[in-house]
Amino acid sequence: MSDQTASQTGAGSGQERIGLLRVLGPAHVWALGVGIVLVGEFMGWNFSVGKGGAYGALIACWVIGLLYTCVAMIDSEVTSTVAAAGGQYAQAKHIMGPLMAFNVGLYLVMAYTMLEAADALIVGDLLMILAEQTGYDALDPKPFVVLVISFLAFLNYRGVFMTLSLNFIITAAAFVSIVILFVGVQPWNPGAILKHSELLTDLPYGWIGVIASFQFGIWYYLGIEGTCQAAEEVRSPSRSLPLGTMTGIITLLIAATLTWYVCTGLIPWEYLGQATVPLYDAARMTGSTVLQVFLFVGTLFAATASANGCINDASRAWFSMGRDRYMPQWFGAVHPRYRTPFRSIIFLIPIAVSFAFTGLLDQVITFSILSGLLGYTFMPINMILFRRKWPLGSIKRGYVHPFHPMPAIVLMILCITTFFATYLGFGLQLLAMMAFYVVVSIWFVKHRYKYVRRADQFTMNWPKPVGY
Amino acid sequence: MSKRYDPPKQSGIGQFFDAVFLLALVYFVLFIPLIFGLTGANSTNVMPETVNWETLGQNETMQAQWEKLGYTPETAAEMITQRFDYSIDPLMLIITAVIILGYFVFLVKVSDKELREVIRERFDT
Repeated sequence: MSDQTASQTGAGSGQERIGLLRVLGPAHVWALGVGIVLVGEFMGWNFSVGKGGAYGALIACWVIGLLYTCVAMIDSEVTSTVAAAGGQYAQAKHIMGPLMAFNVGLYLVMAYTMLEAADALIVGDLLMILAEQTGYDALDPKPFVVLVISFLAFLNYRGVFMTLSLNFIITAAAFVSIVILFVGVQPWNPGAILKHSELLTDLPYGWIGVIASFQFGIWYYLGIEGTCQAAEEVRSPSRSLPLGTMTGIITLLIAATLTWYVCTGLIPWEYLGQATVPLYDAARMTGSTVLQVFLFVGTLFAATASANGCINDASRAWFSMGRDRYMPQWFGAVHPRYRTPFRSIIFLIPIAVSFAFTGLLDQVITFSILSGLLGYTFMPINMILFRRKWPLGSIKRGYVHPFHPMPAIVLMILCITTFFATYLGFGLQLLAMMAFYVVVSIWFVKHRYKYVRRADQFTMNWPKPVGY
Repeated sequence: MSKRYDPPKQSGIGQFFDAVFLLALVYFVLFIPLIFGLTGANSTNVMPETVNWETLGQNETMQAQWEKLGYTPETAAEMITQRFDYSIDPLMLIITAVIILGYFVFLVKVSDKELREVIRERFDT
């Protein structure tokens, strides 16, 4: 296999750049975004019930929905202007500078790799639960974890089109399973199957629990912004990215609402707050074997689609950093035949497998949430600096979001609140995550940055920023 | 007219060590605390003296749902009585806030310095 390392096209580099293939349409973008996030309806969101009760989780779902609305508004403006592989990473590189870009790239890699670990963990746990229900108590989930991640990494290695086409089918099937469950519990006939009036309780921790539940409220939507990771592989980015992302957000809002309604009407909150596979448990509670089979398949598909999308996104962020020499240049290689970032795909597998092996779903999810949250905290700073350095009219923007700087201010307030929510109950894990990013940032400044070609970090055809 | 920065070429071994360093950092800072239980949720359990559905605060519908899930009062008790500990240690809260704030201030300041180099080279050479 020849070593074809993609290099920058900027000044000072005479090599020809091997690009990623432009083969994706809006359906693939929808599948990439929803495929990653939909699993959040099948597991993880329910930990917000554990932290704040059923009503606390619902409030978290709405408030964090507002956070993501701000993210979508800000991201639409910046992504429509900086449409390049790496998404927020490329934005940070142009607007804030290399160290911020390095961190944003790592947020993406860590958020998606930990989510991938959680997905694989769920597949293993689901098979273990099925084995227990069929009278076999000794099933070890670990081989299935390795099998799932290896198979999906192989698909990603072979090519993005096949990978995301598969995601489109299995994501659609998983979404349909939620709708089938919703219809199956007869929501038009309250009290028959759904028992909201008897199962819903007051806020168990009061309002501080509601704030605490914001932490896992992120899980309803985490990763939807990953659609812009595919900017370099989309046939028509200006049409496909907004269309795929917006239909994705609508899909998630519907799925989140249905999920909360069904689960809280069937399962006591104390169990729901600690369940590994709450939607599958909800199907079990209906007593219908058909619904149970649908939700088993739906959970399996959602976790698989999510892990598939995560491998795609994490490897592309790592690849982009390798191409820019923020990471060893060896990772910036494109496969000569499949045109995929094959080395980045393979490198991240052991991390995902290791964390999946721990079996600690809430903590693996928290690492993913924290990396995502750090990325959302970067966005308002980035947006304010973007408007200040390139005021409206100075460059061509695909979209200009209204009410600036209100979305940035609201997003920053919600991010700070969610950091506090994580401190409530998971304070040491928050500190561990921050220690990682502090050490790795110092490593970048003191060691890694010397390998970076300065002028190559700015590839947009923009004028000099104001104040520089 | 400023001078263009020509970065050194990193050797294969150098790249290998950088990749190993990053992997080691992930395992040392994130993975080891996880498997040794240092980063788990702060929670408490207050078990009633007599364990039954009533003392666990479960009404008839809740009891029926627990039983459908395959639980008895004894097996469900720990799950039902587990509560997060949301008591706030002001010192830890301040330390956490300072670390997060300091981290972002560091990122913004150093990134700006680096971006000025990038812009200077991109536009002035």
